[in-house]
Amino acid sequence: MSQLQPHGPGFHDPGLVARRAELVQELRRFLPPDGILEQEEEVGPYECDGLSAYRQLPLLVLLPRTVEEVQRILRLCHERDIPVVARGAGTGLSGGALPLPDGVVLSLARFNRILDIDPANRTARVQPGVRNLAISEAAAAHGLYYAPDPSSQIACTIGGNVAENSGGVHCLKYGLTVHNVLAIKLLLVHGELVEIGGEAPDSPGYDLLALLIGSEGMLGVVVEVTVRLLPIPERAQVVLAGFDDVEKAGAAVGEVIAAGIIPAGLEMMDGPAIKAAEDFVHAGYPTDAAAILLCEVDGTNQEVSEHIARVRDLLIAAGATEVRTAKDQAERLRFWQGRKAAFPAVGRISPDYYCMDGTIPRRHLPEVLRRTAELSREYGLPVANVFHAGDGNLHPLILYDANRPGELERTEELGGKILELCVEVGGTITGEHGVGIEKIRQMCVQFSPAELQQLNLVKQAFDPKGLLNPGKGVPTPRRCSEYRQLPDRERGTG
Amino acid sequence: MSQDQTTELLERLRVAAAAHTPIQIQGSGSKAFLGRAPAGEPFSVGGHCGILNYQPKELVVTARSGTTLEEIEGTLAKEGQMLAFEPPYFGPGATLGASIACGLSGPARPYAGSARDFVLGVRVLTGKAETLRFGGEVMKNVAGYDVPRLMTGAFGTLGVLLEVSLKVMPVPAAEETLVQERSTAEAIVLMNQWAGRPLPLTATCHDGDRLYLRLSGAETSVRQAASVIGGEPLSDHGTFWRSKLREQGHGFFHRDKALWRISLPAATPRLDLPGNWLMEWGGAQRWLRTDLDASAIRKAAGAAGGHATLFRGGDRSGQVFHSLSPALLQLHRNLKQAFDPLGLFNPGRIYPEL
Repeated sequence: MSQLQPHGPGFHDPGLVARRAELVQELRRFLPPDGILEQEEEVGPYECDGLSAYRQLPLLVLLPRTVEEVQRILRLCHERDIPVVARGAGTGLSGGALPLPDGVVLSLARFNRILDIDPANRTARVQPGVRNLAISEAAAAHGLYYAPDPSSQIACTIGGNVAENSGGVHCLKYGLTVHNVLAIKLLLVHGELVEIGGEAPDSPGYDLLALLIGSEGMLGVVVEVTVRLLPIPERAQVVLAGFDDVEKAGAAVGEVIAAGIIPAGLEMMDGPAIKAAEDFVHAGYPTDAAAILLCEVDGTNQEVSEHIARVRDLLIAAGATEVRTAKDQAERLRFWQGRKAAFPAVGRISPDYYCMDGTIPRRHLPEVLRRTAELSREYGLPVANVFHAGDGNLHPLILYDANRPGELERTEELGGKILELCVEVGGTITGEHGVGIEKIRQMCVQFSPAELQQLNLVKQAFDPKGLLNPGKGVPTPRRCSEYRQLPDRERGTG
Repeated sequence: MSQDQTTELLERLRVAAAAHTPIQIQGSGSKAFLGRAPAGEPFSVGGHCGILNYQPKELVVTARSGTTLEEIEGTLAKEGQMLAFEPPYFGPGATLGASIACGLSGPARPYAGSARDFVLGVRVLTGKAETLRFGGEVMKNVAGYDVPRLMTGAFGTLGVLLEVSLKVMPVPAAEETLVQERSTAEAIVLMNQWAGRPLPLTATCHDGDRLYLRLSGAETSVRQAASVIGGEPLSDHGTFWRSKLREQGHGFFHRDKALWRISLPAATPRLDLPGNWLMEWGGAQRWLRTDLDASAIRKAAGAAGGHATLFRGGDRSGQVFHSLSPALLQLHRNLKQAFDPLGLFNPGRIYPEL
């Protein structure tokens, strides 16, 4: 278990038991019995999100069905200074939905209705608990889809996507959540409903929509989301290229982009990731390659043909040892399956793995991979790299065994070093997974004390009492000065 | 041209802060006509200029806020790249800082994205005379709140932009504009139908009689889409989109009545307001020249799910932007307080309360 196992009181602490009983009594006035989970075995499933190294039982889990119920919950918690952690599907990878021992988890899972699809304006209005993929499935009848496609899109919810500003394989061309959400209905910390953004472009006043997207549940609770839908491209085609050198693969990415082609997806995997994926799904990857690139282009039929031919030429010129165009839809999906299964594939070859999420200016890729390999040797922990190469978002997967004493701690330390390396070359500690609880210390590396203070002032503008998802996203200045004073070896992740 | 004036700007701001003197932030003055009437001591950032980093293979450019759009676009053009949100200049010396502060986007906006969509990072001078950096030069970055996009379109009321990093895009290989005779009602329907199909549509306009459609992309796909859509090709189409529409050189914009910008869900049927109309952005941006009372315009726009801005002319001491709900206005005040506690920056430029 992590050294950062929250050090609050346990579930049966007498003070918390009394507080729970008192709060339940109040909540029962407006929530039906199935809307309140209070037993230890009931709240157990909510003790963590996708980052399962961090666990904490909440005071209570609440499952409201209506906006009014959420408003009353917020009002009550605000009056009584009870922290609120909003939660969608719990697929997040940074511990953003980690409960607090004295706080409630506000699950929005029951807000799962698609309210309206407007084909003329190409928008969908949905509740926050609707799954990402369900939007595209519902829009397909109109030839439309919702572009951001995080790997967890079968399970993750749009509300969670808004909280994290989720990306996906296609975001170099189609953008992140912030580029594809038009409006939200938001409950402020004291329960007041505000509408932010709109279907009409450029809402008056400040761009609160952009500020809210990616705010990790710390500024308000989203109760409705209006997204932009795009026409489904006529055709998509993928090219697989093998390289005997990671550096050449990285340079090839730059050549494609410099040639004026914006691929719909441009992914890279290194040797260990290729082997793990190939053993798992038999995607047809060259297992002797040092790196592969998957380059997908989409658009009109003619455009795709034209671009595929140019991409092939560019990749060969950049030194690819082999270039294969998927011969049919089945092969295209197989190529992608290997990439999409990369995380579980690595999970098969190691008892545990820890996924990092830094972004770097792509020209520094060779240096970052070389220094990551050095760190990997130093810590004695293997690292496989999966890379959204088009936009510089690197996912090093650290292989470890949590059952070996001290190994998780060393993994977190190695992870922290990799993130600091990303900052050093001009990148960021998180491209799409969020800061959550996991990277809160590295925030002190990326931002100066004055910058963190400014971010805290933004938080206070929305939530002066600090009740919405406290302890996540933005560290307090005190926490950072403590961190900066730690000896180098102890400055691990989290 | 390249010149780092951070130290001087910081010093001038400290002096202003000590005396509680409000300032009006200026670049070239090309956008001084926007928003409510400027107030405060002039505070020029035009001399703080120069491109700091341009990485064509990574689709990113960073420049100081006083850099002219002309210099940036010229530099990008040499590498076959561009600012895909097509920022309007409204004057020869238009600067990057003012373009981002005003959050203006050109004809491609509904298809390529808006100014804020392309902002990756900023360095700003806050009301406490601190220089802070948020975001960065990478496409994906979710560390901290999205301050760079909050600054975009804030009309300088939250801070002085010192540097801006933008995502850039390749110039399309081919481009063509088609013109069709269409009524307003037909145009609204067609623009939105075509936008819902996988066609390389990148700009649309209806001037009351004619519908203009721009297609951009690979040569073959532009040709193919042109045959699907049909219409007369427009020969000097660059001039049309850039000079006439983006820069408002079109005769429509040169009448003496107040110019209103009405922002609507794109497929909204025509609004029943008297005056001259010109539509862009698939129907999402509609310009209205009229003497009509502001409240009637705002009411009609609001009822249709949109909002109205007094863009040129009219009374700039009153309300220019659509009003905010009390709860939203309170959030705006709180944010203003968070970035500019002394109320120094561009007071009243968007709302009297900010």
